[in-house]
Amino acid sequence: MRNGTTNVLIVGVGGQGVILASEMLSEVALRSGLDVKKSEVHGMSQRGGVVTSHVRFGTKVDSPLIPGGEADVILGFELAESLRWIHELAEGGQLIVNSQRLVPPITATGKFSYPADATRRIKSRVPKAKVIDAIGIATELGNPKLVNTILLGFLSKSLDLDEKVWLEVIEKMAPKGTAEINRTAFLEGRSR
Amino acid sequence: MEMLLSGNEALARGVYEYGGEFASAYPGTPSTEILQTIGRFFKDDVYAEWAINEKVALEVAVGASYGGARAIAAMKHVGVNVAADPLMSLTYTGVGAGLILVSADDPSLHSSQNEQDNRCYGKFASIPVLEPSDSQEAKDFVGAAFEISERFDTPVMLRLTTRISHSKGIVTIGERTTVEHGGFERNIEKYVMVPAHATKRHKVVIERLERLKEFAEESYLNTIEWNERKVGIVTGSIAYQHAKETLPTASILKLGLGYPLPMKKIADFASKVDRLFVVEELEPFYEEQIAAAGIAVEGKKYFSNYLELNVDRVREGFIEAGVLDASAKASTAAAEPEEVLPRPPVLCSGCPHRGMMIALRNAKVFTTGDIGCYTLGALPPLSQIDTCLCMGASIGHTFGIEKAGKTEKPVVALIGDSTFLHSGITSLASAVYNKTTSTYIIVDNRITAMTGGQDHPGTSRTLMGEKTHAVDLVQLCKALGVEHVRVVDPYDIEETTNALREEIAREAPSVIITNRPCMLFPKKIRQAPYAVDTAVCTACGACFRVGCPSISASDETNEKGRPKAQIDPTTCTGCTICAQVCPADAIGPLSSE
Repeated sequence: MRNGTTNVLIVGVGGQGVILASEMLSEVALRSGLDVKKSEVHGMSQRGGVVTSHVRFGTKVDSPLIPGGEADVILGFELAESLRWIHELAEGGQLIVNSQRLVPPITATGKFSYPADATRRIKSRVPKAKVIDAIGIATELGNPKLVNTILLGFLSKSLDLDEKVWLEVIEKMAPKGTAEINRTAFLEGRSR
Repeated sequence: MEMLLSGNEALARGVYEYGGEFASAYPGTPSTEILQTIGRFFKDDVYAEWAINEKVALEVAVGASYGGARAIAAMKHVGVNVAADPLMSLTYTGVGAGLILVSADDPSLHSSQNEQDNRCYGKFASIPVLEPSDSQEAKDFVGAAFEISERFDTPVMLRLTTRISHSKGIVTIGERTTVEHGGFERNIEKYVMVPAHATKRHKVVIERLERLKEFAEESYLNTIEWNERKVGIVTGSIAYQHAKETLPTASILKLGLGYPLPMKKIADFASKVDRLFVVEELEPFYEEQIAAAGIAVEGKKYFSNYLELNVDRVREGFIEAGVLDASAKASTAAAEPEEVLPRPPVLCSGCPHRGMMIALRNAKVFTTGDIGCYTLGALPPLSQIDTCLCMGASIGHTFGIEKAGKTEKPVVALIGDSTFLHSGITSLASAVYNKTTSTYIIVDNRITAMTGGQDHPGTSRTLMGEKTHAVDLVQLCKALGVEHVRVVDPYDIEETTNALREEIAREAPSVIITNRPCMLFPKKIRQAPYAVDTAVCTACGACFRVGCPSISASDETNEKGRPKAQIDPTTCTGCTICAQVCPADAIGPLSSE
């Protein structure tokens, strides 16, 4: 955090819900009376490309892009993507990694391979990184689609935003009929 | 009331709030959401349409403006190239009701063929260019633009960039107000640009520019934030935000009107600071004009014209200029990134274009390509596209290579339905007229897919959701003089490959059109998934080479340790392409047990 702005970088693969998560976080910041800006490049939802969403909130936010190495929190929806963006983490920043692996078809060329030692490299570079199996938790709760909300719950612990406001936003933005189960998922993630 | 809106959403809201009545566009990142938002939320008050291309979008907006309706035409930066023909004479005729050309530029080419700086069009066409620096301004400047357009009888460019269009920020929204305008009236000296009239209008344009310069000096669009006087920064658009964050104590002259410049204001500002810098993305557009006015200024020397700016680059520039010292960077700013495999976007599971790519691979041809989802076929492992220049160029490229006569290997053109309607029809007509014998492939997935699934004149639906006439591509190609028009199923590799081979061999122009829709838009299409029988799979890798994201290496290997294949049943759409390329017959429908 520099000049009072909290920087959250959410990364993952197109289709995982990175942008929806950053929408929800931004809405929480807005409802908390903060200035907020977010920025990302669209279009990857079905195409399996890299998605990075910058969310910045505080008294007054200028640039919508987090300066290099100033991400207070990095939330990685996917393992290799968490490794790809690890250098953006600020001194003392929090790294939260979902252990899910999505292997891209470019590995078919034989020229590239998915990093087999990604978790080790993450832990070696950021010893305090939290690696969680959000799909495992979602399965426990009975629905793999709850991964995003679980991760947001986990993320919420690292941010100075009111739980009440989080729950308001989860309820409002959850797909029809899923408000209750998403609330449970959020609180479960927050409790881990 | 406050909302979190993207620049595009805010601009759309601005069109509604400031009495806009007509909006036309062709989809193009990062501009697409402007018309989508108008069509979704404001269609009761603002007519919104997809035009067949940007030239038409601007021409119809001009018509609406001449006819008394406040109008906008929105497009990405390269779209303005297509609209440049009407633009360059429109500046002479002036407008009826206010007319805004929205240009959404793409510094860093996140999804484009180039990163051209469309502020240059403002100078070229002698029209004002407004540059919002956040979402609130993206909305407010619509009102300013309509007013300037009507007051000075000029089209106005409202210029965004990706980081304005696709960043969200807090916007205060308001009520709609409208301005009364009469309909079209005869005025041939203004509207008919024959040389006798146009000569007089050019004089009007020159004189109008002088009045706009005076306006710029006093306009609230340009503001000065006085602070320390060691450094003064002239900046605008998103660069303003980066500069402000980098040097919060510097004095800043923020340009909301990027052209024409308030040169007297700038000269006065320059005289009150020790060093004057320009922080702008891409071209030294402000800098060169300021230097030409004899004002000492520094800019491109420290802030390159290559790629988008951000706080890091602005900081680096000021460190190099001796304004900041190296401690200004976070200790982690230069941290080494980890080496991780690339993850380029790929064709979706079940995309019909994949079938055509495999058939093209089988036919062993050069493929001149075009702009759309099928462009992703250029990437490995498909690697099937050899050229991609601009909308519609594929057809001309194949024709030109054919006529150059020096290429042994056959060349075919590959173009999508929306692209073909946009600017392929004229190319095909020209090629047939000039006696081509080549083969031209239209991959018709019946939607403008790459930009998120918009309608076009071939889909039989308007932006506002009404049913309408659809162009018949087969009849169209025949009418252009192509006798051999074939329709193939791109999910049938053998049929498609045979069609390609036959038409390539034919000494007459041919068109091959595919007939499978996009499996995402307008609605998701999924058939029963397929699966790999690992007992039969030999791990040859043929299915990996179709580049489908549902196929990956399983943990099982063959006797040589090579991984066998597996298919994700939750994403497989059952298109059967992988089953068709499998030499071992190891892929078939997933059995329910």
